[in-house]
This record gives sequence, C-alpha cells and structure tokens, in this order.
Amino acid sequence: MSEPVLRVEELRTHFFTKAGVVKAVDDVSFIVNRGEVMGLVGESGSGKSMTGYSLMGLIDPPGRIVGGRILLDGIDVIKLSGEEMRQMRGNRVAMIFQDPMMTLNPVLRIDTQMIEAIVAHRKVSAGDAHAMAAAALSKVGIPSPEERLSAYPHQFSGGMRQRVAIAIALLNKPDLIIADEPTTALDVTIQGQILYEMQKLTRETGAAVIWITHDLSVVAGLADQVSVMYAGRIVEQGTAEQVLGRPRHPYTRGLLDSVPANNARGARLKQIPGMTPSLLDLPPGCPFRERCSYAQSDCARTPLMRPLTAGQSVRCHHPLA
Amino acid sequence: MSAADPSMIAPRSITGAQPALIELNGVSKRFVKPLDVAARIGNVFGAAIAEEVVHAVDNVDLRIAEGEVVGLVGESGCGKSTLGRVAVGLLAPSGGQRLWRGEPVEQMRAISARRAQLKMQMIFQDPYASLNPRMRVIDIVGEAPVVHRLISAKQQVEYVGLMLNKVGLDPTLMRRYPHQFSGGQRARIGIARTLAVKPEFIVCDESVAALDVSIQAQVLNLFMDLKAALNLTYLFISHDLGVVQYIADRVVVMYLGRVVESAPAAKLFNQPNHPYTKALLAEIGRVEPKKRKFAPVVGEIPSPLHPPSGCHFHPRCPYAMPVCSETSPALIEVSTRQWSACHLNTVSNTAGR
Ligand SMILES: Nc1ncnc2c1ncn2[C@@H]1O[C@H](COP(=O)(O)OP(=O)(O)O)[C@@H](O)[C@H]1O
Ligand SMILES: Nc1ncnc2c1ncn2[C@@H]1O[C@H](COP(=O)(O)OP(=O)(O)O)[C@@H](O)[C@H]1O
Ligand code: SF4
Ligand SMILES: [Mg+2]
Ligand SMILES: [Mg+2]
Repeated sequence: MSEPVLRVEELRTHFFTKAGVVKAVDDVSFIVNRGEVMGLVGESGSGKSMTGYSLMGLIDPPGRIVGGRILLDGIDVIKLSGEEMRQMRGNRVAMIFQDPMMTLNPVLRIDTQMIEAIVAHRKVSAGDAHAMAAAALSKVGIPSPEERLSAYPHQFSGGMRQRVAIAIALLNKPDLIIADEPTTALDVTIQGQILYEMQKLTRETGAAVIWITHDLSVVAGLADQVSVMYAGRIVEQGTAEQVLGRPRHPYTRGLLDSVPANNARGARLKQIPGMTPSLLDLPPGCPFRERCSYAQSDCARTPLMRPLTAGQSVRCHHPLA
Repeated sequence: MSAADPSMIAPRSITGAQPALIELNGVSKRFVKPLDVAARIGNVFGAAIAEEVVHAVDNVDLRIAEGEVVGLVGESGCGKSTLGRVAVGLLAPSGGQRLWRGEPVEQMRAISARRAQLKMQMIFQDPYASLNPRMRVIDIVGEAPVVHRLISAKQQVEYVGLMLNKVGLDPTLMRRYPHQFSGGQRARIGIARTLAVKPEFIVCDESVAALDVSIQAQVLNLFMDLKAALNLTYLFISHDLGVVQYIADRVVVMYLGRVVESAPAAKLFNQPNHPYTKALLAEIGRVEPKKRKFAPVVGEIPSPLHPPSGCHFHPRCPYAMPVCSETSPALIEVSTRQWSACHLNTVSNTAGR
C-alpha cells in the first residue's frame, strides 16, 4: 500500500491558561489514505477542532503544539516556517469550517475571492482563473455560476455560502481536506445535498478527507475510517463498519446507544450517566472511568491505544467483546 | 390563493374522538416586512412598492389531545416556531381561533384567560441565552410561581428545591448562577423554570438541539419521565427526525407555513404519503455502518415572501404535475388518521393508478 497522505503521530496540543493546562489534544495518532474519508467524532470539547487546527498550523497562544509529528506527504509540517505553512494552506491542505464566513470575506465579491485564492498559489491568467472559479462553483452544485460569481456572500443562503466555501477549498486540488462540522448548522435536506456533493468530489479528486462531526449518522454515511475522541484523546479507531457496527470501547457503545433512532419508541433511551470531564488539569487514568459501567480499579492507570483485530484499536483496559 | 377550505378538513377527526386540550382552527400568522429606505424613497417618486407580507403560518388546523406528544417538523423558516408561539399565546394569530379545553381563549373572561395562559408554556432552544446570567437559580425558577401566587415568598426555597429535584438537579446548588452549570444542567434549569408554574401543555422548541447526544438522551428521558409523572402534553418542535420518531405519538409536517402531512408517528415513518415527507425521511439520522448514498431532495426552501403557486412544494417535487402549480391541494384523510395535502392522492383515485 502506498504511503498515506497524512500520518499524525502522538500529537499533543496544550493550552497554557491562567487556571492551568488544558490538554486539548493529547497523544493523538492516525493516518488518512488517498481518496479516503476519516470521520473524527466526539462530543463538544473533546478536541476535534483543535486537532484540525493543529494540522492547519492555526493554533494561537496560549495554545501550542507541544509534541508529536504531522507528516503530510512525508513532510513534518510542524517544522515548517510561517511562510512555508502559508503556502501549504489553501494549496496542499484546505479547511472547511462550520461557519462559511470563516472562509469568505463579506466585503468582496465571490469572483474576487476565488481568483485571489487561485493566483496566490499558481501562475494563471485572469481569464483562466475566472473560468476555473466558475467551473468550481458549478462542481459544488451552484446554479448559473457565471452570474453568481459577481455576487457578494450575503446574497447567498447559508447552504449556498457553505458550497462556495467548499468550492474555494477545492480550488487548488488539495491532497487533504479538513471539514469541521460544515453541515451542522444546515437543514437536513441541504446537509444531504452537500454530503452528496462531497462524496462525489472526493471520489473524483482522490483527496484525503478528515470529516469532523458530532453527528454519528453523518459519519456512518460518509466515512471509511472512524476515530472517536473523548477528552482530548482518540479512544477508538477502525473502519466505519467496525466502530459503528461493533464498538469495543464503552464510550463508543454508550454514544451509539444514546442515539434516539437506535432506540425503540417509548422505551427509555439508554443514557451515559454524568458529563464529560473538564480538560483542565485532568487527572491520570481513563478519563471515562467516572461514567463507565465497566470500570475497575486498574482504570485509574492511563490506558494506551491497543490494537484488537484487523485494524480496530481501543484505548481501554476492558474492551467490550 | 385558494387555500384548502377549512370546513372540508373536518379538523375534529384529525386526532380521532379524544377531546382536545388545545385546538387551533384555521390559524394564520402574517408578518409585515417593513419597507427599506430605498423602497420608501422609490415610493416618493411613484414606484408603488408595496410592503411585503410573510405568511409564516397559513391556515393551519392543529388539535392536541391531553397527554399526547405531537412532533412538529420541517425545514427552517417553515413556521414551526411561529406556530408554537401562537399555540401557547405568545403571539396573537392574524386569523383563526384558539381553543383551550374546547373554549375559545379570546372569549374567556380575563381571569380565566390568564389562568389558561399559565397552563401553556414554552421551552426555548438555547439553554444559554434564555437564562438571565445575573439571576441565581432560585430566582430563575422561583420568581414566576411567586408572581402568579402559586406559592408565597416564604415557600420559595422549599418549592424551588422540589422543582430542582424533579429535573434531577441538586437543590443545594440553587444559589448558583447559570454560568456555573454545564449545558445539560442549564437545559434542566430551563425545564424547572417552566414546570414551576404548573403547566399542562408545553411547547418544546428545539429544546435538545444544542445538546450533545449523550446529554440529549438524558434530557429526552427527563421529558418522558415528567410527562408520565405530571400528565403533560407536548408539542415537540425539532428538526431532528430521529428525535421526533422516538418521542412523538403523532407527527405534523410543515412546509412554507402550511401543514402538508399529519399522521400517527408509526404510520408517518413507515408509510409517508406526502412527497415532502418522503424527502425528509430520506435524510433521517440513522447510524448504519454502511456507505449511504446521499440522494437528496433538490433545491432549497423558497422564500416565504414569494411562495410558489399551487402546492408550495411543486418546484422541488419529483412527482409534480401541471395541476400542482395551479391549485393548492387540500389536506385530506388518506388513511385512518393520516392526513396529506398532495394532488397525487386525488389524481390516482380518478386515474385508477
Ligand atoms: N484558546 C483556548 N484556551 C483554552 N482552552 C481552549 C482554547 N481553545 C480551545 N480550548 C479547549 O480545548 C478543548 C477542545 O476544544 P475543541 O477542539 O474546540 O473541541 P471540539 O471541536 O471537539 O468541540 C476544549 O476543552 C476547549 O475548552
Ligand atoms: N417577528 C417576525 N417578524 C417578521 N418575520 C418573522 C418573524 N418571526 C418569524 N418570521 C418569519 O416567518 C417565517 C417562519 O419563521 P419561524 O416560525 O421562525 O420558522 P421555523 O421555526 O420553522 O424555522 C420565516 O420566514 C421568518 O423569517
Ligand atoms: S401536490 Fe404535486 S407538487 Fe405537491 S407534493 Fe404532491 S405531487 Fe408534489
Ligand atoms: Mg469543534
Ligand atoms: Mg424555529
């Protein structure tokens, strides 16, 4: 098998706040292959976005990457200079955010923004750049792209704005796309449309995708591989079939059981007791142990990620059968 | 516009024979969008630009029986929140009638109207924004029951403790402020505040939308426990069809201000009638570890300022026929307690399809 597009090894991103150290990303490792979608799931505050921001070199003080390697096509991006990092962003790796206005400039026309994004990384004529921009809009399902190019972001609906942001992310054919909950704020119908376009586009371009979401049904439909995050760590990893079909970590099991559609009507929903711990000065041990019905005394020791069968691994002392 | 003739809808049969706790008959709510400066200047020069009117809710019938949980679904902007607000009396309808236990609310004596009003409450979406950050929990939960003389000021501590117990919060925390609680706990505080005025009918407007799935499960269980313990009736507004399928006895689907389908939950999810319902169900959040082919409904919900003619759904409907853009289909009973507004139901009868 060829070398993966992205190899993340023991990544640690910590925030040094006045109140203490927040280990937002703590010993996170995974790989993403060409043409594959890796679903990164977990509840809010589990460190999904900070993992994505770390890959993009977007961590600001008081946060800092304190350890690990991020190998994009074999090159450790943590070691890149600021200028090299800027060249990489929007070119080799692109990010799509929950709020498309993180990408779009409200006071510039769409064509201005798209052409700028193209010529920043390539030598092309203005006419060619314009044609590329129009083609990109039509690819993400925007009707009459030529007309829409001269519009401003506020003249688009939320769903259309997100499509424009996706078109911009895809402009320079990146090797890696990091999508951070891009459909969370949208209606299910529009979400369905955008997921459909994304599925098609990634298949066509062969880009590797990290799809960050808290929505297990989105991951189920889209992802090849799934990584489940809890309290800054990946606690379970494997193919979508493995992780969602036969979860081995008690937290993953609990999450799946909480989904209303997985429960019989009228029966009580199976719920995970308690709530996620604060990441501030998290004590050692399995961070899930206070909520876990399988916990034993040895769970006070921090579990390591360990392989089970055929590529499925968990960070748990007592994995489920 | 030829909206369905309400007399033909026979609203009484929508929920069967049970007496309704709350009933809306042909209720509409219009909002007037004021002219912007450019249009007003235009009018000075004779442009005759009219004010625009949004039909947020357009001639809707809704009956909810005591103890029933009705789910209300539809894309954003279709009028769910507006209908919910009209139902609990937070918004006056522009037309139509509202009945509480069979009695028109507008015709009640002031004191009975106020008493009835208190029995109808709304729980909002955002557990953060809807709690005053400068008030302690004891005041957030205990203020309204004192104002409405359900309890005396002296009883407040004990009463608030009781309410917090009901929603699974530690009563010793009642002197704290909202920011000292987690998202799930804040949702519980919001629920306790509502329960404190002893409502019988609660509109939950996206009340679990902002919560993580594990916390959402806890709060949904709480809603069902409270319903059983206090015999509550819910109108449960949610964009999450998985949640609605789980919690609702009956489901009402709205599209651009109108009800397009209403049916018992099991029937709606197993045998949806309306093409829009079918499209929505295709997007339901099932967690099946197999690669789903997303084959979505086309287009976006049109502007409610200029709704399409005839059946509002026709521009997005894969089955649309010429009649669909001409006349608005009436809501008819297509099977027992299943109501749908789609021309396919009448066309297939005559064509013997
Ligand atoms: N600037 C910051 N200062 C302190 N803590 C932060 C900062 N940014 C993020 N965090 C913390 O990092 C953790 C992970 O956040 P995030 O990656 O955004 O979670 P997710 O995307 O999974 O919801 C959270 O506990 C959050 O509070
Ligand atoms: N106070 C208001 N003034 C003007 N228009 C409003 C107001 N409230 C709602 N609307 C409009 O009415 C329509 C229905 O809104 P709403 O009931 O909030 O829909 P939903 O809850 O289904 O998303 C929308 O087009 C919205 O813009
Ligand atoms: S009435 Fe026509 S357009 Fe409307 S849903 Fe039925 S078939 Fe589709
Ligand atoms: Mg995030
Ligand atoms: Mg709403």
